[in-house]
Amino acid sequence: MSHAAPLVEPPSDAPITSPRDDATPSPAIAAVGLTRQFGRRVAVRDLTFEVRSGECLALFGPNGAGKTTLLRVLAGLLRPTRGTALVAGVALPGGAESRAVVGLISHQTMLYAALTALENVEFTARLYGVPDPRGAALRALDRMRLADRADSPVRSLSRGMQQRVSIARAIVHEPRVVLLDEPYTGLDEAGAMALSEALESLRANAAALVLVTHHLSEGLALATHAAIMRDGAFVRYDERKTIELERYRALYREVVG
Amino acid sequence: MNSPAPRHAPPGTFAAAMLIARKDLAIEFRTRSAFLAALVFSLIAIVIFFFAWDATAVTASDLAPGVLWVIFTFSGLLGLHRSFGVEEADRAIDALLASPVEREAVFLGKAFANLVFVLGVQAIAIPAVALFYNLPLTRVLAPLAGIAVLAAIGLVSVGTLFSAMASNTRLAELLLPVLALPFFVPVVLPAAQSTARLLAGRPVAEAMSWLRILIAFDIVFVVACALAFPFTLED
Repeated sequence: MSHAAPLVEPPSDAPITSPRDDATPSPAIAAVGLTRQFGRRVAVRDLTFEVRSGECLALFGPNGAGKTTLLRVLAGLLRPTRGTALVAGVALPGGAESRAVVGLISHQTMLYAALTALENVEFTARLYGVPDPRGAALRALDRMRLADRADSPVRSLSRGMQQRVSIARAIVHEPRVVLLDEPYTGLDEAGAMALSEALESLRANAAALVLVTHHLSEGLALATHAAIMRDGAFVRYDERKTIELERYRALYREVVG
Repeated sequence: MNSPAPRHAPPGTFAAAMLIARKDLAIEFRTRSAFLAALVFSLIAIVIFFFAWDATAVTASDLAPGVLWVIFTFSGLLGLHRSFGVEEADRAIDALLASPVEREAVFLGKAFANLVFVLGVQAIAIPAVALFYNLPLTRVLAPLAGIAVLAAIGLVSVGTLFSAMASNTRLAELLLPVLALPFFVPVVLPAAQSTARLLAGRPVAEAMSWLRILIAFDIVFVVACALAFPFTLED
């Protein structure tokens, strides 16, 4: 897959975009001028970028930068105020068709505490129409090294285990686009390793990932591209191979203040 | 750009609604928190009404319809509040809304689970009221059950819609009754009037005009709430 050269510093008033070679296959996510406002507050400002199958875009930025809002727009939970975004070729808000290929992981587990781990994941598998939902749910839990706790109520699991169940829930339907908002929150070492392996496996199977995190090393370990957001806009957009961690860390500190 | 061929076929609206209802009922069956609260409220209310009742001034058949429908209205609110409370607890609602399920299916599933909840409370409260007020339950059971089901449909339609609206706010527990109770009136009024006629020993035909009003409001509320529901989920 070929990409255009990494961006140089743009003119201060020009939005940073992610330029691509037109010859590459159509992107899993394509946003043009994507903007989301809450009243007068602009949470996501005029974003233009692409994420292709098998790529991972790591989004960094301080609290309130608009990262989570961007993910919620891409997940179909918020309507864009302006601009367009295509997810798996469907314009947002795209209804069931685009949501069927998206997996969403957040720092909140999005689970039902009274149900077991297996029931939570199986419920999601059924909502997505996965054949053999119970088998798929068990496989997803096994992938997150939780098969032995499948019948435990979620409320009896540790925070890290709950997060692993949440990840199993989000990947049980083998999504083509995975949106991750601080997915490593609360995970112990084994959980973090299981998550990284699962994400690598999804990426190897041509899923596109968008990973929001505050931790640069964590995000860059998986990323093919990285962006720094501030005030709803990209202030940096780079290819991973051009990034040297310590320099990027210094740059990040400079950008976010 | 081509639309993707879906890898799996998501369930249709009705099948998805039943999945959601089954999940909600499983949660309520495990916790029993809202059902027990509604049941305890109902029984306490029946006892309070009973001891406040002056049998020389008001007959049982005149008082019982009011008692029944006050209990159903307020105990129903307890279940309706829980309906979206379980979704908000750890933002499970986000996973539900990000799934390929239509918003209408979420409404129907929630409303169906709430209907089972309200009917469950009614199934215990009606015999309890009959017992306390010595009502001829066996004679009116079938038509009374019909009225209870019809009224429950209207109550849960409105209640499910406003539960979704209120759940996004910090004052959900206060807001739900404030929003829902005025809309309960067109359902509770004909239900109470029909019940009064039945308990007074009048023929069902005499209650038909009220039942028609009840059915009309059921249709209006089910359709209007299902159509309005997706908008309540927008940020």
